[in-house]
Parts: sequence; structure tokens; C-alpha cells
Amino acid sequence: MHDRTLALLADDLAARRVSAVELTEHFLQRIEQFDAQLNAFVTVTRDEALAQAAVADKRLAAGNATPLTGIPIAHKDIFCTQGVKTSCGSKILDNFISPYDATIVSRLKDAGAVMLGKTNMDEFAMGSSSETSFYGAVRNPWDHELVPGGSSGGSAAAVAARMVCGATGTDTGGSIRQPASLSGITGFKPTYGRVSRYGMVAFASSLDQAGTLTRTAEDAALMMQVMAGFDERDSTALTDPVPAFSSALETPWQTITIGVPENFFDDGLDEGSAQAIRDALRVFERLGATIKDVHLEHVHLSVPVYYVVASAEASSNLSRFDGVRYGHRAENIDNLTELYMRTRGEGFGAEVKRRILTGTYVLSAGYYDAYYLQAQKVRQLISDDFARAFADVDFLIGPTTPTPAFGIGQKMDDPIQMYLNDIYTIGANLAGLPALSVPCGFSGGLPVGLQLIGAHLSEPALLKVAHYFQLETDWHTRVPAAYA
Amino acid sequence: MSLNREDIEKLCFLARLEVTIDEMPDVESKLSDIVKLIDQLQAVDTASVTPMAHPLDREQRLREDRVTESDEREQIQLNAPLVERALYLVPKVIE
Repeated sequence: MHDRTLALLADDLAARRVSAVELTEHFLQRIEQFDAQLNAFVTVTRDEALAQAAVADKRLAAGNATPLTGIPIAHKDIFCTQGVKTSCGSKILDNFISPYDATIVSRLKDAGAVMLGKTNMDEFAMGSSSETSFYGAVRNPWDHELVPGGSSGGSAAAVAARMVCGATGTDTGGSIRQPASLSGITGFKPTYGRVSRYGMVAFASSLDQAGTLTRTAEDAALMMQVMAGFDERDSTALTDPVPAFSSALETPWQTITIGVPENFFDDGLDEGSAQAIRDALRVFERLGATIKDVHLEHVHLSVPVYYVVASAEASSNLSRFDGVRYGHRAENIDNLTELYMRTRGEGFGAEVKRRILTGTYVLSAGYYDAYYLQAQKVRQLISDDFARAFADVDFLIGPTTPTPAFGIGQKMDDPIQMYLNDIYTIGANLAGLPALSVPCGFSGGLPVGLQLIGAHLSEPALLKVAHYFQLETDWHTRVPAAYA
Repeated sequence: MSLNREDIEKLCFLARLEVTIDEMPDVESKLSDIVKLIDQLQAVDTASVTPMAHPLDREQRLREDRVTESDEREQIQLNAPLVERALYLVPKVIE
């Protein structure tokens, strides 16, 4: 059962070839069998899942099901789930049981999807390796000594090891696309504002977006159809109507123009990855595409811009974790200042502290103009570069990450080395553009991801291009032998 | 620009975030690396550029000033570390 995609299982469920309870039991058993070696889950919601599956079976029998009814999924532990622990991979929320569901959680629940659990992640989504979690590092199903990427590494590993049919994630600087690339699966970040952020614990409000980790673009379209759309509880949600994603995949191929950001093919890009990307571009040429180089003049500044903007916004967003109303509270404290300082000092890990302090610094008196304001201006320049490119090409295609998966512990001592993992992904967050990563080959036996970036609100066309690539290739069907 | 211990202690107080004596050397060195990274932005000419407020250049939506939320205090306060008569308890602030 686990070797079938979400789309195929949706057909199986609709045709009653398998029941939702059978499917849920099968995947729960796989989690029990495999998660000890991967640490992809913080919480497994076994009883709730079986109850949801039973309800799904009733809906399927009554004929009022949706494509997602009965499909086992997992949610990144950054999404509030009512009555279920929501930790953000942090000690400071280790004891937090959310009183409400995030919008995307309730939409997927209403569609009948079955939640098997909450996945592990870099603490507060700050990381590119899923190593900073209070609950320990997540391991890559392709090689347990390697990271699955981050911060949505638990969701990526769960999908890559076929422990769930699909999972939700969040992407602020690449946290869906990068782990998808390192774990050999499909990761999709929509246009900023396309999906509601209500109930998604905030990291950097002008960059955060919810998205999907799945095996295929077809599966991503099915999940995104349910997740996307206006929500009055998110003040940055777009009111633009949501098109039909899945039917867009079926339309005939039309010749497209692809821009390849030449800046990305630099010394930092692993040669095996570069080759896989070039081979992938050949597939598009065969399908019918014109390929041209584009030059994104300021994109090399993405990483410094991000570490100003995201840290600044994080320092503000994480000020709510103060030990007063929920979460960890320090003991034996004498005064309010000590309550705050020790609660937060004890509750946050090292990377989170670094980002809060960086953010505090760039927003502080005397530095705001030089750093935050300057970064928001450079952000505009980067965004303008993308807009200029999209006046000339339909999509930008290139690498997702500079290298395949790296060793657990390898980059933990050098934050800048860790930050550079996101060098190709951050631009899409800064400009609010939709972007996907799909598997396109291997380098040294490890998965390589192909990144596709579209103009604002081009999700149907973007998913279609990825889908056609997956009809022409079989990289997305590969699975590590142990999880086949 | 690099940050010394005193700078970091000031930031810790602003952020109400304790960094212990043991943690301090590592924080000092890593923050300095980060500041070096972000200092790259100083060289960019942005004289005629408007800072980006929203990636899609949309305006903030407004709504009618009506109460629409319901009282879920009891459920929300299940997560409270210390609560009495619906009030969150903290160490005394005013002498």
C-alpha cells in the first residue's frame, strides 16, 4: 500500500479497494517499525487517527468523500492541533497542548484527511538540517548518518520513508524545498499569502508560508487544493480565488521559456548535482522548452538579507514565549525580569537564541536604518530582479541546494556554512514567489532536487511543469531499499 | 562591526533572554560571524529604493470594528503555568 502515491490511494479508497482504517493501520505500523531509527515524529496520534479513519470510511460509504478522505498525513509540529501537543521542536513548548486547530489543519480535517501525528523539526523552524530540535535530530532515510534537511525534516523523512502519504511543512527560507531535495521527494511552497498562516506558529511573518511534502506534484496539487484560499483570520491572506490545481495538470503541454539563473552554477554547487540539473533541463527541451540564462543581479545578497529580516521578525514573534501564559516557566524566580530571562534562557536552544539576539540587534536604536531598513530595500532589489526575469521567461529552473545531504553534526559549529544551504531557496521567500523542488537524480548515491520557481500566483502552471517532468522521469519513484 | 560581551549583555536584556557565562564565548564568536555576514549589505546602493513592506505589494485589509470572537478563556488557560481566579500569576512587579 505504501508504494502507491496519494493520488492512487485516493482512487483505491474511492473504489473501496482498501478501507481508510486498513490504510491508517498500515501506516501506523510502519511508523512503529521505522520511526525509532529516523526520529521523524514528535507525537504519534494513534487513537485519534483510527477514530478519524473510521469516520472517513463512513463518508466514503455514504458517497460524500473528497480525494483526501481517509488519506494518512502528518503535520509539522509548528501547526496548532487542538488537544494535541504542539512543540515547534522546542523545550519552551514541550508542555503545550494547543486549544485550537490551525486553519490548514482544520481544512484538511474537514476534507477527511487522517492525521497520524506531528513531525519533528528544527526548533521554531530555524535551521536547515532538523538537528536543532529539543527532541533530537531527524535522520535521512537514504543514510541514517546524514541529515534529511530542515526545518521540515521530520515531514520530509516521514514521506521519504513511506510512513505517511503526505505531510505539511513550512517554508521561510527554504524549509520545505531543501529537505525535499535532500530526502528525494517533492516539496511545494506556494505564493506568499496563498495559504493561511492562522495557527501556524510564527517565525518570520513576511516570509512564512505553509506547503506540502509529497512524493509527486500531483499529490501536492491534491493537498494544496484543500489548504489554499482566503482566511479572514490571517491578515496577509490573499483574496484571489483558488484555481483548480489538479485539472491544470491534465492540460496539454505548451512550449515554455525557462530561465536558468546562471549565478547558481558557481563553485558552491556540487558537480554531481549540477550534472543532474543539466540533464533535467534536457527533459524540458524534449518536451518543448526554450532555455536561456538569466542573471539575477542581487540574488547573492539573499542570505544576508534573510538573516536580517527573518531574525528581526523572529525576535518580535518569539517575544510571546515568556513563561506567563503557556509553555515552560523557570522555577525559583524572584522577580518578573528574572522570570522572562531564565524562562527564555532555559527554554530556547542555541540557534534560536542567536537569531533572537541578531534580530534584537538589527532592530535596536541606532542600527534599525543600517540593517533592517537597508535589508528591506535590498529585498526590494532582489524582488525586482525576479520580476524582470519573469517578464522574459515563464519559469526559473535550477538547483534547490548546493550539495546533497550532509553529515549529522557536520555543520553545527559553523552557522554561516549552515545558512549557505539555503542560498538558492531564499530568493523565492524574499520575493513571495511560488516554488517547488522535485527529485531529478543522484549525486554520490544521494538525491538531488530540481527547483522550479514561478511568478506570483502561477501555482497551476508551476505544478503542471513539475508534473510533466514526473511523467517523463522516474526519480520521484525511487525509495531507499529499507523502506520500499 | 563586531559585538563584545557588553553589547551582547545589553541585547540579552532587551530580548529578556539569559545567556549563561558558559554559553557566552560561543554566542560571542557566532554572533560576530553573523554580523560580518549581514554587514555585506552596507555596500549596496539603495538610495532610491523603497523598503519592501509586502512581497506582492498588497495593502493591509481592514474589517468592521465588531466583536466576533467568543470567550474561550477556560480552555486557553489550561496551558497556564499559574492561574488564580482567571488571572495569570507572576512575581510582584510594583513595590
